[in-house]
Amino acid sequence: MTSVDLSNGPKSVPTPIIGTHAGLDSELEEKISVRNVNFYYGDNRALKSISVPLYSQRVTAFIGPSGCGKSTLLRILNRIYDLYPNQRAEGEVLLDGDNILDPAQDLNLLRARVGMVFQKPTPFPMSIYENIAFGIRLYDSLSKSELDGRVESALKRAALWTEVKDKLHANGLSLSGGQQQRLCIARTVAVQPEVILLDEPCSALDPISTAKIEELIEELKTDYAIAIVTHNMQQAARVSDYTAFMYLGELVEFDTTSKMFTSPVDTRTQDYITGRFG
Amino acid sequence: MNLYARRRATSRVVMAMSIGATAIGLGWLVLVLGALLWNGFTSLSIAVFTEMTPPPGAAGGLLNPILGSLMMSAVAVAVGTPIGILAGTYMAEYGRYSPLSSVVRFINDILLSAPSIVVGLFIYEVVVRPMGHFSGLAGSIALAVLVIPVVVRTTEDMLLTVPKELREAATALGLPRSHVIANVSYRAARAGIITGILLAVARISGETAPLLFTALNNQFFSADMNAPLASLPVVIFQFAMSPYPEWQNLAWAGALIITFAVLALSISARALAATRNAQ
Repeated sequence: MTSVDLSNGPKSVPTPIIGTHAGLDSELEEKISVRNVNFYYGDNRALKSISVPLYSQRVTAFIGPSGCGKSTLLRILNRIYDLYPNQRAEGEVLLDGDNILDPAQDLNLLRARVGMVFQKPTPFPMSIYENIAFGIRLYDSLSKSELDGRVESALKRAALWTEVKDKLHANGLSLSGGQQQRLCIARTVAVQPEVILLDEPCSALDPISTAKIEELIEELKTDYAIAIVTHNMQQAARVSDYTAFMYLGELVEFDTTSKMFTSPVDTRTQDYITGRFG
Repeated sequence: MNLYARRRATSRVVMAMSIGATAIGLGWLVLVLGALLWNGFTSLSIAVFTEMTPPPGAAGGLLNPILGSLMMSAVAVAVGTPIGILAGTYMAEYGRYSPLSSVVRFINDILLSAPSIVVGLFIYEVVVRPMGHFSGLAGSIALAVLVIPVVVRTTEDMLLTVPKELREAATALGLPRSHVIANVSYRAARAGIITGILLAVARISGETAPLLFTALNNQFFSADMNAPLASLPVVIFQFAMSPYPEWQNLAWAGALIITFAVLALSISARALAATRNAQ
């Protein structure tokens, strides 16, 4: 299942080490395959021939020093970069076999299938209830009670229900940072995506909120393919099944998290994980 | 220590000069406001709000110019605000990275600082002359032309302050752009946009020049937008220049009314801005 084709990348980019442990589990379904993707900010090539799989029901962590391109890679997967001019991606990103970089791809449908949670909690300036109902209404016309049910289950899914059930009509901005981030996760889950992208979701949160979000990720992976970008290596080790180490726009090494954190092959991976740089 | 003493001396001199400059600036304002309050309040009476403008030498009020000003301002805001908000939305959202936005912004800035008398003459040429007569409608259009650049500017500025993370988060849910703008950007920038509209109203409520060439004046009560219409600034201008003490007193009363109306608008705008910052 992990036949990642790396043969036709530009010669200047060394072939990354795709670990032999990766994808040995035959039950794994490759939800997203990034194939030979290059990304440009204007003329600046920020990603160099990246190829990496994302599996259903697994958490894949992207680690690496600042500016290595891990957030950039995540932003390709729902084509959020399309909001900005002079940013473009080349190559193929297959979601269930269809190339989402195809210009004909309907971006709104793609983003409904591939949800994203950002570094900074971003509740919309409306009530807690509306924050969640808002996205649901766009894709399903539901009765009031059905909508209430969807909002409740999304909030329960994000482990926020007990904290907010008595103030659903309070402004989303009145919540604490950690609660706001869980609201954003609930909002993402509510539109029933297939993939969830988490871009440093805990970097603005305290350790207790972080622990809650990590628990949540563990819960959510039973239903989704999850990709998480993190600066925190302990976090990557705790929550992920697979880890990709990126450095200067290249994918250096990809393998199961246990292999990556115990016996990485590349010396750069080793140095980064042991804290020698980054 | 010598150097320190010299710096302290310099600091005192500059401080004294700054305070002096502030006092001169504020002094004139206090004199103007003092004269306005004194003469305005002594001229103010119930009759000012209930009676029509009088012929020379008789007593009367300002009811018809007050109504005329309200009508023309209302129409100007009703016409100018949607155009201004839509143009500002284009510049901050759809066309943020388009060269057309820079062109529109440049032209809008010129329009923003254009002397209002030029706007009056322009509307005289394109509306009053073809129609063959002065009218409240022409006055409204002239005022709308003054409203538009203010609203365009504040709408664009306020939408640009909406964090890009918020826009990205809404987009990442699969919301089409129109929904992102209507439900997220507008909500986040709402107080600022309303502030801009209030400031635009404050700006046009004292304008005389564009109305002289368009709505002219009307000594009698009229609610007909297709006919010449009285307005407070024009009546103040006419009455203040006259030799009749009754007219001069009414001009003071009118000036006071406009000043307080603008003050009320400014306070509302500031209060709204404060609620925005508190969020």
